[in-house]
Amino acid sequence: MTSPLLQVRDLKVHFQVRAGGIFFGTYLPLKAVDGLSFDLSAGETLGIVGESGCGKSTLGRAILQLLPATSGTVAWLGKDLTALDRAELKAHRRHMQIVFQDPLASLDPRMTAGDIIAEPLRNFETGLSSAAIKAKVREMMEQVGLLPSMVNRYPHEFSGGQCQRIGIARAMILKPKLVVCDEPVSALDVSIRAQVINLLMDFQRALNISMLFISHDLSVVRHISRRVMVLYLGRVMELADRDAIYGKPRHPYTQALILAVPIPDPDKERAKPRVLVAGDLPSPLDPPSGCVFRTRCPRATEICARAVPVLESAGVGHEVACHHWRD
Amino acid sequence: MNGINPSAPAAAAEIAAELSGRSLWQDAWRRLLANRAAVAGMIILSAIALASVIGPFLLPWSYDAIDWEHIEALPPEFATGHYLGTDSLGRDLLARTLFGGRISLMVGLLATTAALLIGVTVGAVAGFVGGRTDQLLMRFVDLMYSVPLTFFVIILMVVFGRNFALMFLAIGAVEWLTMARIVRGQTLTLRNKEFIEAARASGGSTANIIVRHILPNVLGVVMIYVTLTIPQVILLESFLSFLGLGIQEPMTSWGMLINDGAAELEINPRTLIIPAAFMTTTLFCLNFLGDGLRDALDPKDR
Ligand SMILES: Nc1ncnc2c1ncn2[C@@H]1O[C@H](COP(=O)(O)OP(=O)(O)OP(=O)(O)O)[C@@H](O)[C@H]1O
Ligand code: SF4
Ligand SMILES: [Mg+2]
Repeated sequence: MTSPLLQVRDLKVHFQVRAGGIFFGTYLPLKAVDGLSFDLSAGETLGIVGESGCGKSTLGRAILQLLPATSGTVAWLGKDLTALDRAELKAHRRHMQIVFQDPLASLDPRMTAGDIIAEPLRNFETGLSSAAIKAKVREMMEQVGLLPSMVNRYPHEFSGGQCQRIGIARAMILKPKLVVCDEPVSALDVSIRAQVINLLMDFQRALNISMLFISHDLSVVRHISRRVMVLYLGRVMELADRDAIYGKPRHPYTQALILAVPIPDPDKERAKPRVLVAGDLPSPLDPPSGCVFRTRCPRATEICARAVPVLESAGVGHEVACHHWRD
Repeated sequence: MNGINPSAPAAAAEIAAELSGRSLWQDAWRRLLANRAAVAGMIILSAIALASVIGPFLLPWSYDAIDWEHIEALPPEFATGHYLGTDSLGRDLLARTLFGGRISLMVGLLATTAALLIGVTVGAVAGFVGGRTDQLLMRFVDLMYSVPLTFFVIILMVVFGRNFALMFLAIGAVEWLTMARIVRGQTLTLRNKEFIEAARASGGSTANIIVRHILPNVLGVVMIYVTLTIPQVILLESFLSFLGLGIQEPMTSWGMLINDGAAELEINPRTLIIPAAFMTTTLFCLNFLGDGLRDALDPKDR
């Protein structure tokens, strides 16, 4: 086993949120990411799933140092990124890229597609002539399935899928080693999702990229990931290989999520038991004591309110945070 | 300015554009030229500016020469060379209006440019960097806002004495404040946009992001405000001149001419109407030009 490229240890991102009156309000910590640890090796895809607001985007941004971590470490090739100064961080940035959820919002409306795709080159390969940049941009556009004659168009002249291809071209032009995909297809039309996913997978294979694939679409995650991490209120509920997560989910929350995925066969869909996640997500400002999932957990008992469940091993590479996972 | 032939077939234009690359500025210029009101504004504005610069040299009367034979306000008359008549002191009105235009346009342009440079820089830095820098810069802006202009002017006069250049200082010190606030507000909303985060992830430094992403995106709003600032500055100049800080008789400006003309509105409306007509035409043209620039700078609007 090769040593992991990326090692995240006890990562916490807490936002200070104003609460209370206009004049005498106090600041409360919002624990968007609260003590996450995982490894990612070269060429591996880790799927990250969870409901809206559980801290998926925050995690992705904190890993790329787009948001400051409150505590914990993000080690890239053994080097802690959170401790680097600006210049050192910039040198590392060329290996780490991100693909955003909203394709249009992630492109500067006043820049042409060509300039957008060329931006990382202009930042990192300053010696490159403009002809060489143009050639690289053209090549990249062909790779992502855009006509090179579109270089001079502005983002609003493209469809959502095309915008996402521009975003992918920008992320891939420096041949990164780590790419965070923050719900790259959830804003896209269903008919083009598969194409964009396959495009990402092609790049991953060709460049041996380690990928963090964030999504709340479990079928997409199943298609692309080797391992899957299930988050709830900023904490890991379960982390396991894809087949274990989908075949033998141990955590009540994972089980509920998997059951929520619609089955294409209407008979089976109707026949499946209704154990969906009931109730609303608790306020992240005031998470439940003990196990954060207990307010919605069908198996919750008295111990769940008292003690925070730690991640336990439930098989090779399978970790679960639940007092009752054995039941 | 640009070599793209609008009559060329679209496909050829596209290929040419691809080869040459398209910049926001070239595009904006092309779109501006397609806007009739803006082009008309530009032409008339250039004509007024040109007339103000070279007109006074061509006229038979100088702006400060008194025609002793026509001390009373004279109606327009070709024989005497007073094409638009004289004021109540017998000075040629056209010469004075054109000379006043020189001063007013210069003040408007210089002071607005200064306000633009300082205001945009401070606003963009405060909005983008945020935190302590933002606090510090914006509190300073608040402080400057709270100082009444007259008070500021008096202090300047006490310290430096009467001086033409101080007028620019006083106007500049006031006008950049609003610009800074506007740009900061715009920058704050832009800062949290995903494309800024994408630029950061692509390795852009703060300065780099401000120049490449923030400024082009605030420019549209800034242009509108610039076209509003120029007339404001022109009026402010007449106020400062009235206080004795600006220019002094027999030199003049549109603001001063309008001031003087308003005093004789009943006996001699011409002295008000002529400089006012020049000034309002200029303001209209500026507004058309500003609107055109804003549209031209937005690629979505074509
Ligand atoms: N800048 C911020 N300031 C304060 N709170 C924030 C900030 N960014 C995110 N949060 C909060 O942190 C929590 C996690 O947000 P995050 O965007 O990471 O969720 P997510 O899992 O990506 O959700 P979604 O699926 O909707 O994208 C949310 O409760 C959110 O309100
Ligand atoms: S620890 Fe208790 S509340 Fe939490 S998931 Fe397990 S059973 Fe449910
Ligand atoms: Mg998100």
